[in-house]
Amino acid sequence: MSTTTQPLLEVKGLKKHFPIHGGILGGRTGYVYAVDGISFSINRGETLSLVGESGCGKSTVGKAVLRLYPITAGEVRLDGNRIDNLSQSDLRPLRQRMQVVFQDPFSSLNPRQKLRDIIAEPIINFGLASGSELDDRVGDLLDRVRLPRDAMYRYPHEFSGGQRQRIAIARALAPGSDLIICDEAVSALDVSVKAQIVNLLSDLQDELGLTLLFISHDLAIVEHLTHRVAVMYLGKIVELADRTTLFGTPHHPYTRALLSAVPVPDPTVKRQRIILHGDVPSPINPPSGCRFHTRCPFVFDRCKVEEPVLRDVGLGRMSACHLDVVPDTVPNQPVVAEAAA
Amino acid sequence: MPPLLEVQNLQTHFGTLDGVVRAVEGVSFHIDAGETVAVVGESGCGKSVTAMSIMRLIQTPPGKIAGKILFQGRDLLELTEPEMQAIRGKDISMVFQEPMTSLNPVLTVGRQIGETVMLHEGLSAKDAEQRAIEMLTLVGIPAPARRVREYPHQLSGGMRQRVMIAMALACSPQLLVADEPTTALDVTIQAQILELMRDLKTRVGAAIMLITHDLGVVAEMAQRVVVMYAGRKVEEGSVEDIFLHPLHPYTRGLMGAMPKLGSSLTTTGRTKLTEIEGQVPSLRKPIIGCAFAGRCPEVTDVCRRMAPAIEEKAPAHWVACHYAARAMAAA
Repeated sequence: MSTTTQPLLEVKGLKKHFPIHGGILGGRTGYVYAVDGISFSINRGETLSLVGESGCGKSTVGKAVLRLYPITAGEVRLDGNRIDNLSQSDLRPLRQRMQVVFQDPFSSLNPRQKLRDIIAEPIINFGLASGSELDDRVGDLLDRVRLPRDAMYRYPHEFSGGQRQRIAIARALAPGSDLIICDEAVSALDVSVKAQIVNLLSDLQDELGLTLLFISHDLAIVEHLTHRVAVMYLGKIVELADRTTLFGTPHHPYTRALLSAVPVPDPTVKRQRIILHGDVPSPINPPSGCRFHTRCPFVFDRCKVEEPVLRDVGLGRMSACHLDVVPDTVPNQPVVAEAAA
Repeated sequence: MPPLLEVQNLQTHFGTLDGVVRAVEGVSFHIDAGETVAVVGESGCGKSVTAMSIMRLIQTPPGKIAGKILFQGRDLLELTEPEMQAIRGKDISMVFQEPMTSLNPVLTVGRQIGETVMLHEGLSAKDAEQRAIEMLTLVGIPAPARRVREYPHQLSGGMRQRVMIAMALACSPQLLVADEPTTALDVTIQAQILELMRDLKTRVGAAIMLITHDLGVVAEMAQRVVVMYAGRKVEEGSVEDIFLHPLHPYTRGLMGAMPKLGSSLTTTGRTKLTEIEGQVPSLRKPIIGCAFAGRCPEVTDVCRRMAPAIEEKAPAHWVACHYAARAMAAA
């Protein structure tokens, strides 16, 4: 990926800690270290995926970038300009450029509004069109997401989950945004509908040059549409690499375990699986040193005391592991049988 | 030997204000002792309603169940509620998707596991707790003697699902109905639970009816697969038949729509997933012709007029498609 041009989105040392209140007086008793110092950038027209398990902080990153809540520390830059310290009124025009698609299209669309009003709202808010021009714009957006134009006079409940997610995408595109954050945008959909939406997102990216921050726990879906991937564990990025490097030769032991845990839809493939023992530790009291050391099959003394930094371990791949070469105890990628086609 | 469970022409309908919803429309299949059969399909295809019908957990009315559900030769639909209670939890037990909502938050996990053995085997409270500890050990929960006195909220999602499995297996059932047992879990925890289920199956020897929409889970767990669409069985076969030689266009569509890990290594650039156009038909209206006709890429007039019968096209490989023979020739 060329870095000669300025990245559209740049995140540096982002932290988001949520205070926990407890006790009789409701005083602060600790923090949830949801996101604890992560950095990444996304180039224009590129898809970066944030993957990880529940509670790793991936959705918090998305919401922090959108400034849906103030961040604890770090910098967020859009086109090189800091947006993390802007007031809400200064931020407002920038919202036209960043939009979000959430997981559940049943709760993210107002059931009392017709599609036209749902999709027109951002256009009206930013004063981009009015009157018959507005209807034309809404119609064009419905075309873009492959919904019939007359759908604009109907209500969300008349549509299925996949169609509603198309509506949510149309709304996100409405103000002419160039960065779309997809927070588990296809996770609630059935397999056949999921494929439709994933293909739609790829097409839209090609047609409009969209930049996507794709937040998901579904690794197989991510592999289909992403350019680069950042794997998160307990509020930290443990590995960041381009798609083929990450899926082909994962470096970090957590990435390997995560990939090996995905069931392969082919009964003829038998592979060795790294079963991680125990559960993800609490982000309230994360383990010392490397946060993965409590579950890592390759743990040694240094991991328990010294936190590994995210560093280049070759081929532009960033990994936060003390080991330069992680032992290859398992074949790191299933061989997908040709016969499955 | 007759199969452990034989479902014959099951029909489960629900009367609603908007008309009758035909959730399950004439489904037949069987499960042999010790076998794992997966029932797959998308939301609303009737897979969970099938499981609930077998467990007799459908409220009637508004539900209406017809057909036969033979378990060890007895028709479960003919049994009285007390007779069914003696079977539920003892001979057939169930694991649900949501371990958060299906455990009772105000009872210790020990009480909840012990309840089944006290009810079915007449154990004392003390012996029941002992059994609960044994079951927690069996499902790999550390410090079981302490955990047995804890409440569900003190356990993580993966632990709760282990507790659910411990409860289900406490009376050594012959059939375990698992409805999306790992769907709510993260992949690394899912891997633990699937490993546990495989291990327990070889030790306990229960048959498993596994309901899931995840074809990866099916490929790893099942010997046979039943594919459902719009309340109907559209294909049934061994896991190899279904994955390597699917005959129904819907099954083939599902396989194509499923993203496979490792796709970026065999192709360059971004690959397109196969889409199944359109939406699942409404179950409120009777469907004339093939239920999949509206979305099928190979649809003809015959499909729209006449529902295909489910036929055995190859040994133990059943399919409901007018053009199955053509698919077989092409395979």
